[in-house]
Amino acid sequence: MSGRERIRVIVAKVGLDGHDRGVKIVARTLRDAGMDVIYTGLHRTPEEVVDAAIQEDVDVIGVSILSGAHMTVFPRILDRLAAREAGDILVVGGGVIPDEDVARLKSLGVAEILLQDTPPEAIVAMVRRVVAERGPR
Amino acid sequence: MAYLPSHELVDGVLSGDARSIARMLTRAENGADEARAALDRLYARAGRAHVVGVTGVPGSGKSTLVAKLAAAIRRSGRTVAIVAVDPSSPYSGGAILGDRIRMADLAGDPGVWVRSMATRGALGGLARGTLESVDVLDAAGYDIVIIETVGVGQDEVDVARAAHTTVVVSAPGLGDDIQAIKAGILEIADVHVVSKCDRPEANRTIADLKSMLAMGLALDGPGERRGVAVVATSAATGEGVDELLVEIDAHRDRLVASGALAQRRSAIAERRLLKAAEDILRDRFERRRGAGVAALLARLDARSISPHAAALDLLRGLDWSAPE
Repeated sequence: MSGRERIRVIVAKVGLDGHDRGVKIVARTLRDAGMDVIYTGLHRTPEEVVDAAIQEDVDVIGVSILSGAHMTVFPRILDRLAAREAGDILVVGGGVIPDEDVARLKSLGVAEILLQDTPPEAIVAMVRRVVAERGPR
Repeated sequence: MAYLPSHELVDGVLSGDARSIARMLTRAENGADEARAALDRLYARAGRAHVVGVTGVPGSGKSTLVAKLAAAIRRSGRTVAIVAVDPSSPYSGGAILGDRIRMADLAGDPGVWVRSMATRGALGGLARGTLESVDVLDAAGYDIVIIETVGVGQDEVDVARAAHTTVVVSAPGLGDDIQAIKAGILEIADVHVVSKCDRPEANRTIADLKSMLAMGLALDGPGERRGVAVVATSAATGEGVDELLVEIDAHRDRLVASGALAQRRSAIAERRLLKAAEDILRDRFERRRGAGVAALLARLDARSISPHAAALDLLRGLDWSAPE
């Protein structure tokens, strides 16, 4: 290997959620940590995000969600990944999500959820950790 | 998908399997040694697609135009793959790749492939793995492969030596900038686009480009540059996009009819040969950094040897028979 590998992340806003300041800060933070970050823009469907993630061959899908629709959005993302045999693409989330839903989402297969007030370094460390735990592919 | 070595991805790429194509693109981008033989096989199977380069200054509307152009290509019954290059941070090496934001309308169409790619320090408007990625998408069967460069300045003309048809996008209102870049990227256009033509200043830009082209014809006489069109487009109204596709197809037809396509292919091959040699050299240099290089650097610093002489020393010291 010639050492040009980089962690690739797609950060997405799904559905009727127009609050993109946070997701842009996350994108910038991951960029500054040396990752390639693809930003989808607003108002994507879960299926569009998964299809884009596959073409972009990302390691991680990061969904920012502040609309309260997380119990709909994340299962649809996970279903689509499974249907396209892309379970090696990790899903992480961030936003305003109740603790009991965090536990349910993780049991469904979301790798990690970070809530508000998470410092930028913790986001970077989390992405690196879940990718390292998954191993090479 | 579990880990598969690259040689096991080749059949998947050739049959159009999405995950195989995606993985192969990553390995092309990373320049992985492990992928070398597989990329060689895909190179052998590529060469069918028409490769269109789209370039222009930052903010000229390249991504938006490429999205509209891709939709027009689909309407014409053909498939299209897009390699969209964005800059890497020179500090962290990371990148934010935002071209997909403008391409939302293409989502869900299996006849469209969009891949974002960071420059990772490469100059010239393309990334190091761009051309091998084009091979992968070409071998996967896409009819047209569009390379969208980073926003370029005056001199990033690599795309013209990578594409069969080069489209240069100019936004209206840049006025004197148009004059300033005259000797650079404007010269490489096979088709000119003036984007945002719904703006009032667009007519001026169109007129400037047309007079520049007329002057070139008067000075040089009609040669390969004859028939360079200026197409006005508007993403807001959709105006001009179908016409752009007509001009791209017409350019390809002229290349075929005149025999110039063979020349262009050969120029692309020559460029790639040089680039590949350059990449091999750079990789070897970077891997040896520290060893014999430190002594050379000290001599350079003391000015007891020139960079040119030191480079020749360095090249003589490389073992060319060893694998990379």
